[in-house]
Amino acid sequence: MTIAIPRTVSGRVYAVLLLLLAVAPFVFQWIDQPFYLDLLSRGLILAIAVVSLNLILGFGGMVSLGHAAYIGIGAYCVGIASYYDFYSGWLHLALALGVSGLFALFTGAVSLRTRGVYFIMITMAFSQMAYFIFLSLEEYGADDGLVIYSRSEFPDWMSMDSATGLYYWIFTLLLLSMLLINRLVDSRFGRVIVGSKFNEQRMQALGFNTYRYRLTCYVISAMICSLAGMLLGNFAGFISPDMISWARSGELIFMVIIGGVATLFGPLVGTIVFVMLEQFLSAITVYWHLIFGVLLVALVLFGKGGIHGWLSLLDRGEVSRD
Amino acid sequence: MDWSLLFTQLLNGLQLGLLLFLLASGLTLIFGIMDFINLSHGSFYMIGAYFCGTVVAKTGSFLLGVLFGLIGVFAVGALVEWLVARKLYRSDHLDHVLVTFGLILIFDTLVHLIWGAEGMAIPLPDILNGQIEIGALVLPTYRLLIIACGLLVAGLLYLLVVRTRLGMLIRAGASNRTMVEALGVDINRLFLIVFALGAAMAGFAGMLIAPITEASIGMGNDIIIVAFVVVIVGGIGSVKGAFYAAMILGLIDTLSRSYLDVLLELAMPVTYAETAAPAISAMLIYILMAAVLAFRPQGLFPPAGVK
Repeated sequence: MTIAIPRTVSGRVYAVLLLLLAVAPFVFQWIDQPFYLDLLSRGLILAIAVVSLNLILGFGGMVSLGHAAYIGIGAYCVGIASYYDFYSGWLHLALALGVSGLFALFTGAVSLRTRGVYFIMITMAFSQMAYFIFLSLEEYGADDGLVIYSRSEFPDWMSMDSATGLYYWIFTLLLLSMLLINRLVDSRFGRVIVGSKFNEQRMQALGFNTYRYRLTCYVISAMICSLAGMLLGNFAGFISPDMISWARSGELIFMVIIGGVATLFGPLVGTIVFVMLEQFLSAITVYWHLIFGVLLVALVLFGKGGIHGWLSLLDRGEVSRD
Repeated sequence: MDWSLLFTQLLNGLQLGLLLFLLASGLTLIFGIMDFINLSHGSFYMIGAYFCGTVVAKTGSFLLGVLFGLIGVFAVGALVEWLVARKLYRSDHLDHVLVTFGLILIFDTLVHLIWGAEGMAIPLPDILNGQIEIGALVLPTYRLLIIACGLLVAGLLYLLVVRTRLGMLIRAGASNRTMVEALGVDINRLFLIVFALGAAMAGFAGMLIAPITEASIGMGNDIIIVAFVVVIVGGIGSVKGAFYAAMILGLIDTLSRSYLDVLLELAMPVTYAETAAPAISAMLIYILMAAVLAFRPQGLFPPAGVK
């Protein structure tokens, strides 16, 4: 196997980024800044959610304003299982994937009968429904949230107990998610998804049952997102319904847009930039949301393509994938 | 069965329904005519409450507060349409979501900057603060006033939409915007008026509720979701649909929160009923929405000509 050196500017930037992410724990240990590892861990967890959102939003044109629900479901699967003293990581993983997949199957089956405005509102309403369900569960802390005292246990695998161990779990799952989505988008399945974003009628005329393809895509995206939830529950050691509020879902879309819609690395870069901006702006002023809001409006009105779009301007002679 | 409690809950449901209608009628028109998703519609609800509260604090008159509040929110609505929304009518819905999400952040922070992080209580004049006794029933005057105001606005809006030239254009716009444009109507002016009018009604709802809950940052961000559900159940673009849907959802939400456990106890052990009831009543309006979408995706009362 040979390692190809990317020829485009954006490709090189992303290769360097991945290398940096791979060695980050050692660098932070070396300069004795464990806080940055925490920040980066949180960023990469969110990146898994954002990457999964990009699959339906970017490639499939399904603008979901309720994706944070799947983070919440994944996190609550860890939390509730641990509450009953089940610490097996495999059980947590199976629960997160299973419950989020089922929830996505049912809500997606209803939501995907609609398009455009309706779809946005309905995904938002369903996530709000999940929010209120968790809010009403007195047994599991309701709006006070639930503390997770012990991290998921994977015997014979790398332990999540140390910050570095957890970081590499996150990093590995992120890479796997991106790889899976990349393969999906390049496959026949992905072509149908992208095709029905631009012209669903034509795809139907070609004989594809686009509803089934889109629903499958929606469920896959939700299941990947639940991984982020499972990791977030482990990372934070605390879960609350607030993780699902629709403002969280709005932030996820924001992260996709910063990085670049329908690109492989855009969501990752967008999330890292978002988390860093959030960290540093909130340290400067309590009114940092104002800067965020203005940035968001400006990004939509003037900055098409996000960071990936700007990087692609540097790739002379190379056409970016979107 | 406690009949006066039931009656009070019915009134609460009616009150919630009317507040939802004030929010949803503007939303549904902006949706239906401009094809624009305004997530920040809840911000007008909040801004209305703060404007009103400020004027009440200065003048001591609740009536003046409402009057200036309405003018203020109308102006803010017009400004948002003119500066931001107008540039986006032809972009896709994702852009609407992003920009109006950005507007929520901006409005919430501006309120934080101007009025501080703490909520603002709005004192009521004594005459509204009392209670009215009808036979065995004791009813808070102010809640009755909210209901009366809501019904009044609904009536006025009905007259506006059905009896005036502006209303005719609004109805025509909701059914077929292109045709209205082709007939030479100044569509920009129509959009501006509809947007600002919707903002003012949302602001009015905020002013009405603020004396009970007090004005606070982000107060509109939760109720706006329910207003979206109302819009979808009623049929996008239909004011009549928004009214019926708001009433139905307001009553269902309020009554299920107080009576669902009693109903469930008929079918299952008390402990299960008490656990399940809050969860189910929280889901009920969303289940209703899902059912409407599954069987009648255009909503219960779509505007004329919309299939």
